[in-house]
Amino acid sequence: MLKLITNTKYWVLIGSVLLLSACANSNTNKDALDNTPTEPAVVEEEVVVASPPEVVETMDMGTQSSLDAAADEALVYFAYDRYDLSAEARASLQSQAAWLQAQSSVNVVVEGHCDERGTREYNLALGDRRANSVKNYLVALGVDPARVHTVSYGKERPMVMGSGETSWAKNRRSYTRVN
Amino acid sequence: MEKQVKFLKILIPIIAGFLLMIPVSNAKIVVDVNRGHADPLPIAIDDLFGNERDIVSGGSVRDYGQRIALVVKADLTRSGLFRVVDNAAFINSKKSVDSLQNPNFNNWKAIGAQALMNGSITLEEDGRLRVEFRLWDVLGGNQMIGLRYYTSPKNWRRISHLISDAIYQRLTGESGYFDTRVVYISESGPVLNRIKRLAIMDQDGHNHVFLTNGKNLVLTPRFSPTAQEITYLSYVNDNPRVYLYNIDNGKQEVLGDFPGMTFAPRFSPDGNKVIMSQAYNGNSDIYVMELRTRKIQRLTSHTAIDTSPSYSPDSKFITFNSDRGGSQQIYVMDSNGKNIKRISFGKGRYSTPVWSPRGDLIAFTKQYQGKFYIGVMKPDGSGERLLSESFLDEGPTWAPNGRVIMFFRQHPSDSRGRGGETQIWTVDLTGYNERQMVTPLDASDPAWSPLIR
Repeated sequence: MLKLITNTKYWVLIGSVLLLSACANSNTNKDALDNTPTEPAVVEEEVVVASPPEVVETMDMGTQSSLDAAADEALVYFAYDRYDLSAEARASLQSQAAWLQAQSSVNVVVEGHCDERGTREYNLALGDRRANSVKNYLVALGVDPARVHTVSYGKERPMVMGSGETSWAKNRRSYTRVN
Repeated sequence: MEKQVKFLKILIPIIAGFLLMIPVSNAKIVVDVNRGHADPLPIAIDDLFGNERDIVSGGSVRDYGQRIALVVKADLTRSGLFRVVDNAAFINSKKSVDSLQNPNFNNWKAIGAQALMNGSITLEEDGRLRVEFRLWDVLGGNQMIGLRYYTSPKNWRRISHLISDAIYQRLTGESGYFDTRVVYISESGPVLNRIKRLAIMDQDGHNHVFLTNGKNLVLTPRFSPTAQEITYLSYVNDNPRVYLYNIDNGKQEVLGDFPGMTFAPRFSPDGNKVIMSQAYNGNSDIYVMELRTRKIQRLTSHTAIDTSPSYSPDSKFITFNSDRGGSQQIYVMDSNGKNIKRISFGKGRYSTPVWSPRGDLIAFTKQYQGKFYIGVMKPDGSGERLLSESFLDEGPTWAPNGRVIMFFRQHPSDSRGRGGETQIWTVDLTGYNERQMVTPLDASDPAWSPLIR
């Protein structure tokens, strides 16, 4: 083995094999092949660090993370026992609507949630009110109603732990989930 | 129909007969169920006398006699109306068939027992157990009850509860509630992602069985008053809908083809209908479905949230909660949806009204100044009494005799998710004798079965 390593020809061969196997896992093969190095040390480095497929994700705009980034984490908050939309909520939903207009093939589910300070059955109804309040506003802004489904989780799926107003305020929310 | 037949099969092995030879006296001792403060009645429960050489599956006949006595003691103690005298205090523990039928009342008087239960258990040739017991008025020196049961050994817990019911009924004048079951939601996992499973157990926590595996979120189960069925809410495929669960065969079916979420189901007193809410386009109203024909009738039509409906035992009225007046309050209407009247006018928000099986009261959840309460009021809204109070008490359900209320209590959690324990509790209608039910995991949404007869 020691003999082989001193021979540059063999190093290139090993490097190519490693590169091919790396190609199977990433879409960056073209760049890598163009820059096929001649120095053995460099070959090793390039092959071992397979670049993560970042490009793939940012190019597909219809994802949850893209909606989250475009519209305040796709969350809208509500006051205690209320389902009307604050100015802040409306601004956030305008971003959601713009995103939905741009991503015309994407459907979403609006989840309605409540804090724990209500009875289970009432909160299911209140969560439904909140989800529909969001849906109606999105539709008013031009989003096709067939693209927006609603589901209420009542107080079953809090986002934040803790029994205090800070937590409760965060749990009284709607979340727009890419379907 | 088939379900009923199956149900009867369970009952057939248990044959009860009065022990006719002994005259049954008028009771001198009476337990007043309306006095929560009253001293509990001291009662001695003697182990059922049995032969230790007769072995059946699970132990000797004598073992079964002791087990039955233990369950009866636990039932009566939990009711809060009885104080079971410690066996260690018993004076004459040497038993014979003759001594069972002629107890030395002075010996029982001496240890402060006002009532005595004794009896025997024997193995029949066909492998069944013959269980008989007598309830004695120690001060009057009379027999109050004598009953005999035949059953297979595996039914020994039910026999115990039937004995407890007989004693409770004889001494209080009210029907018992020990031979019953509870369906509820078992909870586990972190605060942010609770796993909820449908579960069922005897009213004393034994014979516990999980009915669903936790894959789907399930909520608010309720017993059919007439069949081995449960109605509940399940998030199958993320579509919250009301389902029917058959306890005998485990079959689940969705009820109706509603466009929106259906929730808050409850059976009518005859078991033929399920009343529930549908949320559609952000508005929740009350509907009723005939189970046989699947015909649906809409009962309320209002922009408010109308939910948590419950029938009066005579089926003539329905109570529900609505925020049509601005905040959540309790209303009563005719069962056809007409004559809607608000009945709760106290301070705070009122919800989850449940009509007592006796018809005289409506139990509810109340929220006021950051606390939750379980309370009762008359169907006209008068006579409000609060029975329990905590950070979060919710969802009352009645024992079939209308004397005890079960509900769930959730503790607050902190920002790291510590706390948040949720348990089922019972409280007497007097507001005394609050007790926690023992369940394998956390527990919520209890629903009491009718008497299993």
